[in-house]
Amino acid sequence: MDDKINMSEETVSITDMQFYRGDREIYKDISLSVRKGGITAIMGPSGIGKTTLLKIIGGQLTPSGGSVLFQGDDVHKVSRNRLYEMRRKMSMLFQSGALFTNMSVYDNVAFPLREHTKLSESIIETIVKLKLEAVGLRGAAQLMPSELSGGMARRAALARAIALDPDLIMYDEPFAGQDPISMGVLVKLIKALNKALDLTSIVVTHDVSEVLEIADYAYILANKTIIGSGTPQQIKDSDSDLVQQFLQGNADGPVPFHFPADSLNKDLLGVG
Amino acid sequence: MSMAITSVFKSVVNYFASLGRSTVDSITAVGQASLMLFGALIAFPQWKNIRLTIAQVYVVGVQSLLIIMVSGLFIGMVMALQGYTILVNYGAEGSLGPMVALSILRELGPVVTALLFAGRAGSALTAEIGLMKATEQLSSLEMMAIDPLRRVVSPRFWAGVISMPMLTLIFSAIGILGGHIVGVDWLGVDAGSYWSIMQSTVDWDKDVVNGIIKSIVFALVVVWIALYKGYSCIPTSEGISLATTQTVVYASLAILGLDFILTALMFGIS
Repeated sequence: MDDKINMSEETVSITDMQFYRGDREIYKDISLSVRKGGITAIMGPSGIGKTTLLKIIGGQLTPSGGSVLFQGDDVHKVSRNRLYEMRRKMSMLFQSGALFTNMSVYDNVAFPLREHTKLSESIIETIVKLKLEAVGLRGAAQLMPSELSGGMARRAALARAIALDPDLIMYDEPFAGQDPISMGVLVKLIKALNKALDLTSIVVTHDVSEVLEIADYAYILANKTIIGSGTPQQIKDSDSDLVQQFLQGNADGPVPFHFPADSLNKDLLGVG
Repeated sequence: MSMAITSVFKSVVNYFASLGRSTVDSITAVGQASLMLFGALIAFPQWKNIRLTIAQVYVVGVQSLLIIMVSGLFIGMVMALQGYTILVNYGAEGSLGPMVALSILRELGPVVTALLFAGRAGSALTAEIGLMKATEQLSSLEMMAIDPLRRVVSPRFWAGVISMPMLTLIFSAIGILGGHIVGVDWLGVDAGSYWSIMQSTVDWDKDVVNGIIKSIVFALVVVWIALYKGYSCIPTSEGISLATTQTVVYASLAILGLDFILTALMFGIS
């Protein structure tokens, strides 16, 4: 695995990227790179816009400064048609799964194939069954998304995400709200698929211990910027207070418990 | 004293600032809605979309049939009842046919169909697209390199524009039959005069075609509002509920306002 990571080829590289939502600054000069073939974890507390980061990589949101390269092309400078071509090589697993509720699991997985390829139905059937087998849901092909549990829905969405054999797959909080068993299944799947399909994976999450098991490299996002990065071991050994607070889950520390506000005295008594 | 003047001055300035902001916001919204409409319109000539459009004609058109037919029937019957009680005073109950037919073909058919369509299909379109947005289905289409404007918005737009004129014609036909049931079968107006005076009074271009033109205009506006409100809604439960309400309110007001303008253009002083 190590020789892969040492390859300097980067699937995604972000340089000095800034992003504002309205007047609120979300990211201040973020730089990170995702190496080809590896699993890169992006961790951070809730509400700091980790999903936003994935949407920026996918070209759904445009940063106010800096550049985001996918396989060497700037996602936000290419033409619309080129962006759509690039998106065929990337894939995203949404937190909710985002399965199309009016179609069965089978049709959901077949959907990107039917839209983007001219394959015959019998070939599509084979591919869909293989993809569903990979996530362990071949038996659930004819169920509707509403009949699936949360973990199954996420696995079905994963089968759809890998239907077109993308180069990059982005997982948005894949472990959120999962019971230990389906969490374990997803962890195993992410690792196995990454290897079997020669994928590059980005996992955005706040479940530190799970993701550090499988990640090759990790970034910790907080306070609008990257506060730590390195291999899982380097992260664990980090002497940064911020990183340690995050790893150990302390309520207060460099990342404050309180949302910025006037002092309580001033707020309640009008003095201070 | 000067403090008071300053604060009054400030609030006046704030008032104008917020007026300006809301003006800019609403112009921005019109611009975004136009861009969305444009994206949906140019997306039409795709073979795949035609199949999707037919599926949507079933959802927004065929499934609205029942409410349209029942409303048409009752409105025709009420028109005949009301018309008869007035006309019979002048011994003119023979003109019941044209009275019912003209009021339905020119006004009630297009307007009531559009209002019902906004409530039945428009609100459903807004809620459906809003929920697709809230559950990230639109985002996930985009990430699959499929333009949601083409895949989701355009088929619904064209389905609405195709369905509504047809629904209007069905409404009008059933309304005229309803007038016949009450006027002829119940109140005893002569069937021959009901139909023949209607035939000689109702003009194809002036009455039938104008009614269809009205319904096409209403369809464009209602479906546009419904789709834009769904597509741009805030993806939360409150956001979707607000967007659905706004669809029905804005669409209804737009229908009534446009109806006045169209009527003035079509039947005004010539």
